[in-house]
Amino acid sequence: MALPYSQTPISPTDEVWSVTELISTAKQVVDHGFMPVWVRGEIGQCKVWPSGHWYFNLRDRKSQVRCCMWKRDAERAGSPPTDGSEVFVLARPAIYEAKGEFQLNIYRLIPTAAIGRQQQELERVKAALHKDGLFDPARKRPLPQFASTIAVVTSTAGAVLRDIVTVSRKRWPCATLLVLDARVQGGGAAGDLSHALGLVNRLAQVDLCILGRGGGAREDLAAFNSEPVCRALARVRVPTISAVGHETDISLTDMIADLRAATPSAAAELALADRREVLRQLNDLAARLAGGLTARTRLAAERLSRTADRLETGVSAALDRHREMADRLAAQLDALSPLRILDRGYAVPVAPDGRILKRRADFVSGAPFRLRVTDGDVRARVE
Amino acid sequence: MTASIADDLSRLEEIVRKLEADEVELDAALALFEEGVGRLRAARDRLTQATLKVQAVLEEAGDLRLADLDG
Repeated sequence: MALPYSQTPISPTDEVWSVTELISTAKQVVDHGFMPVWVRGEIGQCKVWPSGHWYFNLRDRKSQVRCCMWKRDAERAGSPPTDGSEVFVLARPAIYEAKGEFQLNIYRLIPTAAIGRQQQELERVKAALHKDGLFDPARKRPLPQFASTIAVVTSTAGAVLRDIVTVSRKRWPCATLLVLDARVQGGGAAGDLSHALGLVNRLAQVDLCILGRGGGAREDLAAFNSEPVCRALARVRVPTISAVGHETDISLTDMIADLRAATPSAAAELALADRREVLRQLNDLAARLAGGLTARTRLAAERLSRTADRLETGVSAALDRHREMADRLAAQLDALSPLRILDRGYAVPVAPDGRILKRRADFVSGAPFRLRVTDGDVRARVE
Repeated sequence: MTASIADDLSRLEEIVRKLEADEVELDAALALFEEGVGRLRAARDRLTQATLKVQAVLEEAGDLRLADLDG
């Protein structure tokens, strides 16, 4: 039986760790063991260092943990929290190796009171917009079938623009994207976005406007829920698409825009026609165009040849002229193959009165008819 | 530029409908056909030869200016 730990002797074969090895192993376990998590607690001993980093404790009735918020994240959070206030933090647990301490690295910090305020503000804006009819489904405008110039309001720092460019290039490369750069989160975002949306109305030519969010923290939709941005979006003179959140986040701009897209790529797909589809449509029209002309000229030629038996040179000149024109145009039709069907060995049987003989019943035994082949007519008779 | 593709498509539809319905005299039919072939060719060329343009809208002293961006 093994001895209890309190009596375990050390032996020369026992592995002995250095402190550094121990702590760095613990650090690996902690670093890889947690995703960033939201933690709720009360602030204590908050200190702002000259370096700009914030250090504080987060505690509840039973426990507390050291927290560190690096300068970059602290700047985004605004002013430091006061001791005793309650907050939500988005944090990643870590080990501070120099002191062997467990701590939280804080990315975001939101006073719990602010969440209440944010919710209240959201409800207020929603009610105001609703009162002015901005959520009215009758306001929704259809998107143009072939948008050519598209205004994109977003932060050029994010991946949004790249995604939109990639999709547009593939789908409809004859488009032009006009990019209006705006911050999408933080203090200046609402101002930037409403200003940029205002500029869209001053562009000389624009068919559609995409409002996209990129590179922002997923949960920070504040700017897209702000009243000025919603109203500026509603004032855009061309149809709008809002591509702001993830599938699961809906912002007020999503409700104001004529269409909501789940992602910026999806917005580009909704905005632009598909080139391959239009090329297919053109091929279809080409075939119908050729077919239409073939039928039309055959009919006219038949009428004219009947009349030409009775009339003099005026008509035959007209006939020649028409044939010449038809020949010249037919020669342009390389790609439009229906005209060349006779070249391939097919023949069209035509009754003396010009009718095309299509069915068995059209052929009366002994009746004469003509076979139209690629270089002229052949007389024939039904056996 | 794309607006004219929309024009081309609706005009082509109209031409094809007229030819198929046998509504017009032969002279007019040939002219319509010629126009149709031209529009088809132009629309195809535009769709296959275009490259996407990406431009930044910049505001300078209250005026708007466009500058090419690297797509």
